[in-house]
Amino acid sequence: MTQAADIDRPRAGAAPAPLGALGYFKKNLRDYGMLLALVLIMAFFQLQTGGILLKPVNLTNLVLQNSYIIIMALGMLLVIVAGHIDLSVGSVCGFVGALAAVMMVQWGWPTPVVVVICLAAGALIGAAQGFWIAYYRIPSFIVTLAGMLVFKGLTLWLLDGKSVGPFPKGFQALSSGFIPDVFGMQGFHLTSFLLAAVTALLIVLAAVRARAAQARFGLVEEPASVFWGRNAVILVAFVYIGWLLASYRGLPNVLMVMAALIVLFTFVTTRTVIGRRIYAVGGNEKAAKLSGVKTERLVFLTFANMGMLAALAGLIFAARLNTATPKAGLGFELDVIAAVFIGGASMQGGVGKITGAVIGGFLMGVMNNGMSILGIGIDYQQVIKGLVLLAAVIFDVYNRRKAS
Amino acid sequence: MPNLLEMRGITKTFPGVKALSDVSLTVRSGEIHALVGENGAGKSTLMKVLSGVYPHGSYQGEIWFKGAERRFRGISDSEELGLIIIHQELALAPLLSIAENIFLGNEVARGGVIDWAETFSRTGALLKKVGLNEHPGTPVEKLGVGKQQLVEIAKALSKKVELLILDEPTSSLNENDSAALLDLLLAFKAQGIASILISHKLNEVSRVADRITVLRDGAVVSTLDCGAEKISEGRIIRDMVGRPLDDRYPPRAPNIGDVLFEVRDWNVHHPDHADVVQIKGAAFTVRKGEIVGIAGLMGAGRTELAMSIFGRSHGQKITGTATMRGKPIDVSTVGRAMKAGLAYVTEDRKTLGLVLDDPIKHNISLASLETISTGGVLDDARETRIAHDYRARVAIRCSGILQEVVNLSGGNQQKVVLAKWLNTSPEILILDEPTRGIDVGAKYEIYAIINGLAEAGKGVVMISSEMPELLGMCDRIYVMNEGRIVGELPGARDAQDGATQEKIMRMIIQTKENAHDAGR
Repeated sequence: MTQAADIDRPRAGAAPAPLGALGYFKKNLRDYGMLLALVLIMAFFQLQTGGILLKPVNLTNLVLQNSYIIIMALGMLLVIVAGHIDLSVGSVCGFVGALAAVMMVQWGWPTPVVVVICLAAGALIGAAQGFWIAYYRIPSFIVTLAGMLVFKGLTLWLLDGKSVGPFPKGFQALSSGFIPDVFGMQGFHLTSFLLAAVTALLIVLAAVRARAAQARFGLVEEPASVFWGRNAVILVAFVYIGWLLASYRGLPNVLMVMAALIVLFTFVTTRTVIGRRIYAVGGNEKAAKLSGVKTERLVFLTFANMGMLAALAGLIFAARLNTATPKAGLGFELDVIAAVFIGGASMQGGVGKITGAVIGGFLMGVMNNGMSILGIGIDYQQVIKGLVLLAAVIFDVYNRRKAS
Repeated sequence: MPNLLEMRGITKTFPGVKALSDVSLTVRSGEIHALVGENGAGKSTLMKVLSGVYPHGSYQGEIWFKGAERRFRGISDSEELGLIIIHQELALAPLLSIAENIFLGNEVARGGVIDWAETFSRTGALLKKVGLNEHPGTPVEKLGVGKQQLVEIAKALSKKVELLILDEPTSSLNENDSAALLDLLLAFKAQGIASILISHKLNEVSRVADRITVLRDGAVVSTLDCGAEKISEGRIIRDMVGRPLDDRYPPRAPNIGDVLFEVRDWNVHHPDHADVVQIKGAAFTVRKGEIVGIAGLMGAGRTELAMSIFGRSHGQKITGTATMRGKPIDVSTVGRAMKAGLAYVTEDRKTLGLVLDDPIKHNISLASLETISTGGVLDDARETRIAHDYRARVAIRCSGILQEVVNLSGGNQQKVVLAKWLNTSPEILILDEPTRGIDVGAKYEIYAIINGLAEAGKGVVMISSEMPELLGMCDRIYVMNEGRIVGELPGARDAQDGATQEKIMRMIIQTKENAHDAGR
């Protein structure tokens, strides 16, 4: 066939016949690969640790240990999708924890007031950095590197180099509390289990409805077998994890906060105007601007949002340790950024999913947890985590190059 | 005189476009050979084939240089043989010194350690050769464009040069610098260095060229020998544009109403250099149902004019008034310009028009997300329906509306951009090079869409470097040159007074010469 005859036919993904389940799976390897990798790694550690990984108490710990990373990863995903980076989140996290400690422990201010002030402070910090990045076009790497140093220093100054604690009980419950049980069954938290099961059903139901809507326009791409397989995995995983957690102390409060945020941010990124525009800004800022998108304001907002989430993470972390230390938040930014990139976001911006970032966060968390149980030294742990990050991104780039 | 270079039967196709077909070009030893043609005639493509930017194997045909067939795999291969190309956009590192730039990639060094004394003394000698009186340590950014051009040539001379190719070397130079550059070419000729000169400025071409090859639509129209006869500019222009208008344009019965959109006394300064005026006192009107063309050469300021009107997307210190149906409108941001009823389809769809990695659906809705959402939440079903409608209406050939636009052909990408703007329901559409890089079949479809817009009572402004396209489509044509609107012609439909390619070309060239006369 000559080239000329081929012009107006789409070049890639043009096969009119529907791909088989395997073909489709291959084409979307990145999306499913993530989930698959998480399942495989969990299975690996489950076997290696002799079943400790999925013990209810350890699973609860896993959630508590990773919640603040995942919460920040939600904001970081938006920042990275918009084509930027935020290196200051770890320091902001520590700073806000210190701020909360000073206000609650030293000044004795009531918890709810302090929480609101801290979240506002986080948003303000993010906004201040976003201001220079968005409106003065100072590279985000530099602005947030400066922020990282500034807030690390301010944390030390606030705490005067000492640890401040303990926090009031109400505040501790943010991290160490569990949702109340209305049934009062011995040894099994039925409310938690039902909540997990209902959530799973709702997710599957939403997926089925979305697929039906697609079908109306003849847009169904995913073969039925893959669709049901994927949803079956989700359903089983939720019910199983719900059952495990229920047989310990139920769902942690932090998990509820995190789940609500995941739902919210998934909604924002996939269903709202502002989410769509953030992707457009990251994908092609100039084109977005010429389409009437206020690109500067969006970038500004993503940083303000990131600051607020970093503050929330800082509160959760402080509540978990029950003390604010000058070292809190140290290096968190690296785990957060790694989670987002392992989750398939692109350094160039415009690409990335909330679900990917969450899975990436858990993947890192499971590895941390599993390797610790196995007694692997912190030295090797760092090496392995670094290599996993590199491998995930190489896999990404390789896939993309093959596609084009 | 023996032939230094022979290009035989060069054919180069891009996906969708035949850029060169069976082009043959010979350059004799020590001659200045001019290559002229309209924008898009294939001059730059031919030079890229010659210099190895498009490596052997990506084109058909043979290149013979210094008596042997050459198969360049890259620029370094051709440079090694003394074939040096100087591009229109200068490729200098602005913060490095003249000497560093001249020997960049070719450093005078022993074991990786640069010999600065030798570098500077050699640079001094080269600068003397090109008549540039500057210290070799001066950073290139401190020099004007004309002097930077000379640095490029000095860089070429630092290598062993046998054939110098200059792509529009004088397009950004003033009269004196241009004259000096041409004198330099004549001096090189005396030393036996041959040159290929690509230029739009026919007065310069006739001054220095020994022979002139005219390209049109990727083929050689004629090779004129200036030694044998006196070649008039009219003759060259005729060869450049002499192409019959056939039925490449869909028919349309214009139904033109009142003045819809008007721009008056529009002035724009360069975005980086506040003292450089890019658009001077431009004024034009667009009527309801009218297709208005803006003709001009590259760099005439057409895109700058359009983008400065569309939400001040280009330039600074913009002054002037824009009115819609006689009432002043606010076009100070893209959002406001859109609200006022404007739409601008960029000339550069890949970098300015599309989010390439996003699906068709998202690209179509990007400029009108408000209309498909309530309270900031997108109505997916409505978005899908709109995408489907446009897919059918402008005939986007794709596997589905979820296909990423990066995988579409140029014509279909352009249709996606058009759909995006049609969906904002504008009153005035400014189309900047709407058919650039698109094959003939898809062009026809795009023309039909444009005609449909005019028939629906919209006003269309069409910027194009392809004159036949403007003549075939427009009811009225403005001619721009050097930031000014220098003339206005009725459409080609008016057989007596209507625009022709010769008239447009003459308007451009006359104003160029007038400007130069005035500058003298």
